[in-house]
Amino acid sequence: MLKVKNINTYYGKVHALKNVSIHLSPKEIVALIGANGAGKTTILNTLSGVTPMQSGSIDFAGESVGALSPDRIVKSGISQVPEGRQVFKGMTVAENLELGAYLRFTAREPKELIRKDIVKIYQLFPRLEERKKQMAGTLSGGEQQMLAIGRALMAKPKLLLLDEPSMGLAPLVVQEIFAVIERLRSDEGVTVLLVEQNAKAALKMADRGYVLETGKIILEGNAADLLENPEVQRAYLGKEKKDIWER
Amino acid sequence: MELSDQIAQYLVSGLSTGAIYALIGIGFAIIYNSTEIINFAQGELVMLGGMFTIFYLNTLHLPLPLAILLAVASTTAAGLIFERLTIRPLKSPTPLALIIITIGGSILIRGITMMIGGKDTHALPAFSGSEPILIGSATILPQHLWIFALTAVAITLNKLFFQYTITGKAMRACAVNRRAAGLVGIDVKKMVFFSFAISSSLGALAGIIVAPLTMTSYDVGIMLGLKGFCAAIIGGLSGGVGTVLGGLLLGVLESLGAGLISSGYKDAIAFIILLLILFLRPQGLFTKAQTERV
Repeated sequence: MLKVKNINTYYGKVHALKNVSIHLSPKEIVALIGANGAGKTTILNTLSGVTPMQSGSIDFAGESVGALSPDRIVKSGISQVPEGRQVFKGMTVAENLELGAYLRFTAREPKELIRKDIVKIYQLFPRLEERKKQMAGTLSGGEQQMLAIGRALMAKPKLLLLDEPSMGLAPLVVQEIFAVIERLRSDEGVTVLLVEQNAKAALKMADRGYVLETGKIILEGNAADLLENPEVQRAYLGKEKKDIWER
Repeated sequence: MELSDQIAQYLVSGLSTGAIYALIGIGFAIIYNSTEIINFAQGELVMLGGMFTIFYLNTLHLPLPLAILLAVASTTAAGLIFERLTIRPLKSPTPLALIIITIGGSILIRGITMMIGGKDTHALPAFSGSEPILIGSATILPQHLWIFALTAVAITLNKLFFQYTITGKAMRACAVNRRAAGLVGIDVKKMVFFSFAISSSLGALAGIIVAPLTMTSYDVGIMLGLKGFCAAIIGGLSGGVGTVLGGLLLGVLESLGAGLISSGYKDAIAFIILLLILFLRPQGLFTKAQTERV
């Protein structure tokens, strides 16, 4: 469904992504793990067209999307839930969700359809319905994350890019959000590319994973295998070398 | 005339100039909210509104309503050309550079207007006569009523646009979080363009409806622009009620100060208020301190 081949992205002179290639099959959940500054967010932003790549190719659902502007990419079916939620804080929850469907409004899609989808989001996250008239900035961190996911879903994406959805949230809330992500895949058939520092939780949910280090993919494989991989355990799962050897 | 009668009179004229300041101030706020630029050419757009009307009326001999409509359209076009030529081409602009550009642009617009239209002061006829109407002990000119009515209509339409249309909401979204707006597929540059269109037409309207009372010439934009800026600052650069109240407050204080103390202090009052606000309540008079959870 998504085929990223040898992309290179630069921030000024900094070579942030070096020949990165990843692929996702339909309805897959794929985790992208790596340390701070490894380039995880850059991959998502390159996919979203925010930081365009210098070379390489991105094919999505049989269409080349590598050179498209962010709005065209959203239209083609890729939505990003950015790091730090980035909800529209001075606007209400309902307005945030409507704006998620901005391109559907401008494409003159019937408003009832959009309204029905907002109701669906409220079913997915009942807490958002309770607070639909509230300003997004007054929500708790977990609720803002739900809103950010709901907003991205309003564009009816086939591929959802999630950037650090667990950041700064209590473990119970993280569980709740991850459960919703799994439901999205099974009920709606959404494909998910998940960037996480919480590597353990991400790999437990994902089918496959990629490990990114200083702009390069250094490992890829089944999520279960990656969880068992000593190198991954030492670097990203917080286990000491000693623990791994003594087992 | 009794003192209370005088005060009533000052209030009427203060509120009507205040309404003008509010319209100009909202123009500042709309552009600031979508670009973080203080567009110091806003005052020149106000001036252009009046001058274009004079041109269509006196040189082309068009009827007044048509002249007004054309003047609003021409000023809006001028504002959009200004955005295309100055703001849009910059790759990674800093706010300071942008502000300096708008100051440069304002000098240019003023210069061109002076070269083409001359340095004369022009009077626009009042929209419906100048027979004063007596309300209580104060007299009010029909033009004052036009100012109140048109300002109220413009501000209401503006409010409805930003509150209820998807384009209006998208423009607010750009103001709140540009990056996220881009990620949901909003074309941020288009929204900046729209914000220039709206604030140019509001500015033009302000310049036109005030011209019958205060006359217009190539250089009225400086003072009107600065007063509108004061209104926006008092209102915390909100595109809504805050700036309207800011404008009315400024107009009334100015008018009372000029009448009761000395008319020489009229402009000084506005700037003293501006400085006090900036020193003591930079977030604006009516803005509550923001409470946000991260």
